[in-house]
Amino acid sequence: MGAGNGGTSRAKAFLRGVAVPATVVAVWQLLSMAGQINPQILPAPSAVLVRWYQYLAPTELFDPAKTSYIAWLFSGELIHDAFSSLYRVVVGFVIGAGLALPLGLAMGANEKVYKVLDPLVQVLRPIPPIAYIPLSILWFGLGNAPAIFLISLGAFFPILMNTISGVRHVDGIYIRAALNLGADRKTMFLRVIVPAATPYILTGARIGVGTAFIVVIVSEMIAVNNGLGFRILEAREFFWSDKIIAGMLSIGLLGLGIDTGMERLNAHLLKWHRGIGS
Amino acid sequence: MDAQIRIRGAGKVFRSGGREVEALRDITLDFPAGQFACLLGPSGCGKSTLLNAVAGFSPPTSGSVEVDGRPVAGPGPDRGMVFQEYALFPWMTVEQNVAFGLSIRRSPKAEIREKTSSLLAMLHLTEFRDRYTKDLSGGMRQRVAIARVLALDSPILLMDEPFGALDALTRHNLQDELLRIWESLRKTVLFVTHSIEESIYLADRIVVMTYRPGTVKRDLAVDLPRPRDPSAPAFNELKKELTGLVMEEQWRHERDETRAVAAD
Repeated sequence: MGAGNGGTSRAKAFLRGVAVPATVVAVWQLLSMAGQINPQILPAPSAVLVRWYQYLAPTELFDPAKTSYIAWLFSGELIHDAFSSLYRVVVGFVIGAGLALPLGLAMGANEKVYKVLDPLVQVLRPIPPIAYIPLSILWFGLGNAPAIFLISLGAFFPILMNTISGVRHVDGIYIRAALNLGADRKTMFLRVIVPAATPYILTGARIGVGTAFIVVIVSEMIAVNNGLGFRILEAREFFWSDKIIAGMLSIGLLGLGIDTGMERLNAHLLKWHRGIGS
Repeated sequence: MDAQIRIRGAGKVFRSGGREVEALRDITLDFPAGQFACLLGPSGCGKSTLLNAVAGFSPPTSGSVEVDGRPVAGPGPDRGMVFQEYALFPWMTVEQNVAFGLSIRRSPKAEIREKTSSLLAMLHLTEFRDRYTKDLSGGMRQRVAIARVLALDSPILLMDEPFGALDALTRHNLQDELLRIWESLRKTVLFVTHSIEESIYLADRIVVMTYRPGTVKRDLAVDLPRPRDPSAPAFNELKKELTGLVMEEQWRHERDETRAVAAD
């Protein structure tokens, strides 16, 4: 008691953080070992861990004649699935953001464009991307195309809405100062309005990535035959509940990784902004 | 001597939701080049409205404002403005803020760098050139705003209560700094303030304005030698006179507000 240096207090904070999850897992493991839980319904944590390792590890033995060591190391099914899912998220996000950003800037900066397009946007916006599944299959068949369509849709609206309000909420004092300094319309837009709106736009991007990640899992359950979403659905067909949970944990970790990356990017791009960093 | 800023019968009526407020009525003033003039009055006397009309942000609803013989058609870099809220661009560094006016004019890079550096030195900002404005104190920010406007080389400097949000010591420092700059560059300065002492300390001429509608109540020259000593008898005599004038308007302002509350 009373040890006050940084190392032990950080260790204490860590222990406090893992105490509850560790207890839950321990109780769960004990109940499973005592035969109190049907492993088909809920497998033991140890079984999930073993399955996770099998899912992650390469399926074949290392053979230098066939592949390099690195390629072999990353040849496991989980790695493939994670890359497939990530690839769809990235492509879908880039398409969705690539459409939403210019449209949002135009709608935010130009009252006429806003008035013409806003009613349509307001009607389409509440439709969840999931509701486009039947239409996306009709339009694009199966494979990556419908999945990427749905993911772009998921990223599109958050970025659009945030870009519009970012541009519309630019503080009038910046506009007045820039006009006074002699800015023309192009300078005003590129060097004042867009940078002033970036905090909003980046918030939209972060929400957009989150939505894209939800949609990728769902779309993989219907249209493709790899990816994390497909894998947990496949595992259900074989009653591999341990693999379902291993897949879910992988989804959680990948989502956490993406969000952390976005947060880092935001902090870097907004280092001028109050409230980020010191 | 020809007036650089010529205001003729300027009036301004704001309309909002069926209500009309007459902010300015029949203002006629001439400001010669190189003069340091203060517009003085309580809040609501229309001094900022008049400044905004000269800046071109909000034209008068009647009468005219001319600068160098041409009617003011909109804001422009020939009339640099310093705002009370600094209005610096937070996404730019100090140096980029100061260089903004020159860079949008597409001045040569070397010229921009040289001019920016000398302005940063002039306002003691050199060591802060790479900082973002969120890391600066209010006084520092206002120095950056002044440097940014000086980079334009505009003959006219419009200042809208620029030191109003600063503590007394910083304020005093910046007043001296501004006088030093004005004495070396000899710009026409139109400076809005509600501080009587500030106006006497700085100005060649003080225009006292009335509360709603804003009219010219008194237009007087200050011919005390600089640097001025706020404890000198002449300074205090003038301060007493101006305090009397400004307080009359302040009472009208307060009476008006009391009435407005009573009517609710």
